[in-house]
Order: sequence, then structure tokens, then C-alpha cells
Amino acid sequence: MEILMAFAIGILFMVGTYLILSRSLLRIILGTSLLTHAVHLLLLTMSRLKTGAAPLLGEKAGNYVDPLPQALILTSIVISFGVTSFFFVLAYRAYQELGTDDMEQLRGHDDE
Amino acid sequence: MNNLLIMPLLVPLVTAVVLIFFNRQIRLQKWISGLSALANVGVAGYLVHVVRQEGIQTLNMGGWAAPYGIVFVADMFAALLVLTTTIVSAACLYYAFGSIGKEREKFYFYPFFQFLIVGVIGSFLTGDIFNLFVCFEVMLISSYALIVLGGTKKQLRESLKYILINIISSALFVASVAYLYAVVGTLNMAHLSVRVAEAGQGGVLTTISVLFLIVFGLKAGLFLYFWLPGSYKVPPAAITAVFGGLLTKVGLYAIIRTFTLIFYHDPYITHTLIGWLAAATMLLGVIGAIAYWDIHRILIYNIVAAVGFIAFGLAAANQAALEGAIYYLVHDMIVKALLFLLGGTIIAYTGTATIKEMGGLMRTRPVLGWMFFIAAMALVGVPPLSGFIGKLLIVEGGLQAGFYWITGIGLLTSLLILYSMMRIFMNVFWGVPKRPLSEPKKGTGWLLLPASCLVILTIVLGLGAEWIYPYVNQAGETLLNPDQYIQAVLKE
Repeated sequence: MEILMAFAIGILFMVGTYLILSRSLLRIILGTSLLTHAVHLLLLTMSRLKTGAAPLLGEKAGNYVDPLPQALILTSIVISFGVTSFFFVLAYRAYQELGTDDMEQLRGHDDE
Repeated sequence: MNNLLIMPLLVPLVTAVVLIFFNRQIRLQKWISGLSALANVGVAGYLVHVVRQEGIQTLNMGGWAAPYGIVFVADMFAALLVLTTTIVSAACLYYAFGSIGKEREKFYFYPFFQFLIVGVIGSFLTGDIFNLFVCFEVMLISSYALIVLGGTKKQLRESLKYILINIISSALFVASVAYLYAVVGTLNMAHLSVRVAEAGQGGVLTTISVLFLIVFGLKAGLFLYFWLPGSYKVPPAAITAVFGGLLTKVGLYAIIRTFTLIFYHDPYITHTLIGWLAAATMLLGVIGAIAYWDIHRILIYNIVAAVGFIAFGLAAANQAALEGAIYYLVHDMIVKALLFLLGGTIIAYTGTATIKEMGGLMRTRPVLGWMFFIAAMALVGVPPLSGFIGKLLIVEGGLQAGFYWITGIGLLTSLLILYSMMRIFMNVFWGVPKRPLSEPKKGTGWLLLPASCLVILTIVLGLGAEWIYPYVNQAGETLLNPDQYIQAVLKE
């Protein structure tokens, strides 16, 4: 199971990297959200995907899955959610002000 | 167990939350944030005193014992950096009072500023690697807001790049934490150190350590500094001073902490790599510093060069070099903030950032001129001032460790930094004015007050080295003997 997840995460990293290297700003933002998906799945996978009950003591199971990575993922999800929404609004403002979505045209050392 | 430990974090946090309610009353915002900044300097000073008297302080959050709960740790290294952070941020805040302008002040500038300080101080004090990630994010998200606040075209353009690079490095940070958790199964730094020592730092852990080096190198501008010159150029001077003084230094702190506490078992690979990255950073930084005629860009590339120099101190990893790195880190936070404040004042007076178009400022602004001269000399490391002792110790440690080439590069870098600073000084302050100087606006004399406090501090740090050295020595001892840190946290 971990091997399968490793391949899935690898593909997500690959697609994310490809999108981040493209010219359109929107594709770049989509790339960063794929990258964060990949990272969260990686956190889940790296704590071993052994079978066990959900981490609720009411389940009264013999063994549970590791609760720590789930808390880490939840923290990381809300952080990346906040950052992504900021990034989207910033891209919207930049499109309004600068009139382009093309990163090539956002170059330059000119100081206006 | 000591609740004092959380105070340097709580003071700016509570202040920030309170300030959100008063975004229209600018005068009240200034009073609250100004007083809380001064109070925080006092708290941090007391923390340094307590650590000096009683050794490493720890605080288990919620009363959970060390590996299971989040622990905050103040050894002397962290305490000194917290004190420096509070001083530098207070100076930048008082500079911002006179320079930032109503439009930004109304839109939550002061809360963002306080949240930035929360993130920086939290990163210095935490003893948990995932909590370090969260503190990094607190710092970075505030810095996104500060860099784009005002919304001019250049700010929008550069902050897009700044945010993108930081999202990627944060994702890599989480990935590194995931790998580390899979190998050793803990997140507490002291416990990590024990587990890594037990398992032996084999190929997998060395790979993870290099991944951490890449992540923190992206934050600190260690070789991976390509994002830095553009994004530090766009915000106003008070914000650039905070960024230049604090943000990259947090990355450096994280590198020093991880490679002295956790991954110190295979120095032949990791520390040699850090050494050569540091050499490349010094060279590339100083090439940038002598290539430009723009005062901001020269100062920004000097940040990069100093990051390389401090990382070299870590790479040499003996007592002299680590003490030198600590001393130089504290000195560099103060001097970089000071130089950006003075640079901002120069730009405010002359109305241009290009040093070719300035000149003759010494006649009308002698105080500013001499302050800039002292700051430049301190940056280069001329003996009575603060940069000298750190540099001397790092060079001594580098020679002891046998890094002759990199030490040579470090000394050459100092020479070229001297050239770059003197080029600013001679072009801006000597000669005749090339364009009419703008009449000083009312109250701009105020701007020099926070900068002059920092000038006095660099002189004190240089002349009072005998008095400050015991503190640095204690900080260096903890870095050299991770057992002290582990004992304090895990209390076996």
C-alpha cells in the first residue's frame, strides 16, 4: 500500500512541479495546491498505513492508527488554505493592476 | 518550568490582537505598540539574565512531559537572539512611526508587524520541529502582508514571486518533517537528537539533513538567495529593515540549531557542504554588492554575504567558530537593520535610490553621514566596533578547522564589502550635490533617533566585548554539547 501511495505522491509532485514551471499564474497556483496535496499525503503515508481503528477511544479497538500525523496534516491544511486564498486574491489584484497573467511579462529590474 | 519563557511571545501576540480593534485610531495604535515593544525589550533582557543565572530554561506547554507535549526552550543562544530581535524590532517600529504613512497605518500595519515579531520569537524559542514550521508560517504570512501592503505595481509583482518561493519551501519543510518522522518517530528536537544518535546517522538521515539544509537555505538565502534581491527592494524602509534584520536570520538560526543539535554525527558530508555553500554565498553576495549603483541593492547583497559568513562559522564547528557565528549573528541583525534605516533616510532626503545621482550630503546632514560611516565600519569589522570580534573568532575557527580556502574567501569578502560601503559613503556624502536636496519635512529629524540607538549599541557591542563574551561563551557551550540541551528538556 505504501508503494502505491509513493507512486501517487510522486506523480502529484511531478505534475505540481511541471505546473509551477509554466507561464500562466493560475497554473502556478494550481501547481502549488497539488504540491501541498502531495505533501499532506506524504505525511499520512510516512506514518505507516497499517490497519487500525480511527483514533477515537470510544471505538474500543485493539489497535488504532497513529493520531499524530493526522493532527499535523490538519494544521498544515489550514495553513496552506490561508496562504492559497491570499495567493489567489493577490493574483487577482495583480491581474487588475498589471493587466497580465503571464509571468514572463512580470520580469524586470525597472524601478518605475 | 518557567512561565517567563512564553512572555516575549505573548507580549507582541496580545498587542497584535488588541491593535486589530483600533485600526482607525492611529495615535492610540502608536502608543500601544510603542509601549509594548519597550516592555518586550525588558522582558527579553530579564530572560537573558535568568538563563545566565540558572542555565537552560524549559516550559512544557499544558504540563505534558517533554517528548509528548510541545516544549519551549531558552538556552543562551535563543535568549540572546530574542533580546536582539526585540531591540531591532523596537527600533524599526519607532522608525515606522515617522515614515510609514497614514494609508498603511490605517490598514493594520502595526498588527501585522507585531504578528511578524511573534513568528520570529516563536521560531527562536520552540523546541519542536513541527512547531518551528508553524512559527515560520506565522512569520511568513505576516511578511506577505507587509511586503504587499500599499499595493503598488512593483510590490504586487515582487510579492507574487516571494509568496511562490515560500510556499514551495514550506511544502518541502513539511515533506522533510514527514521523512524525519518516518525514520525516528518523534518531533521534539531534544528527543530527535537522542533517537538520531541511537540510530546512527546513516545515509537516510544524512539525506534528510540535506533536505532540511535546502529548506532552511531557501529561507536564509544561503546560496538559494535568488528570490531575495527583488522582494527586499519593494517595501518601505522600515519594513525592509525588519526583513533584513530578522527574517533571513531565522533561517540561519534553524540551520545552526538543526546541525548542532540533531545532525552533527556526519560532519564530513554535511558541514563540508555547508562550508562550500557558504563560500559560494559570500562570493556571489559580494559580487552583487559591488555591481550595483542602487543603495538598496548594495545593502541587500550585503545581507547575502553576511549569511554566507555566519554559515561558514557553523561549518567550521569548533568552539571559536561557533562563538564567532553567534557574535556575528547578533551583530549582523543590529547592523543590517541600522543600515536599512539609514539607507531609507538617505533616500527620503535625496529623493533617489541611485548613488550616482547623490552627493554632498555631508554638508547638510553631518549626523547622518557619521552614523552611516560608523555603521559601515561596524559591518566591515573594523576593530573597535561590533563586527570585529565575530569575524576574528570565525577566521580563527576556520583556520583551526583547516578550511584555508574558505577563510581566504571570507577575508577577501570583507575587503570587497568595505569597497561597496565606501562607494556608498563617498558618492552620497562627499562631493557636491548633483540635484537639489529636498527640504527636510517636519519631524524627519525624529527618524534618526531609533537609528542612533542602534549605532550606540554597535559601539557598545564592540567596546564591551569583555562584558558580553561570557554570554556568547555560554551560548557556544550549549551548541557544542547538545547533551546540555537534551538534559534540560528530557530531564532523565
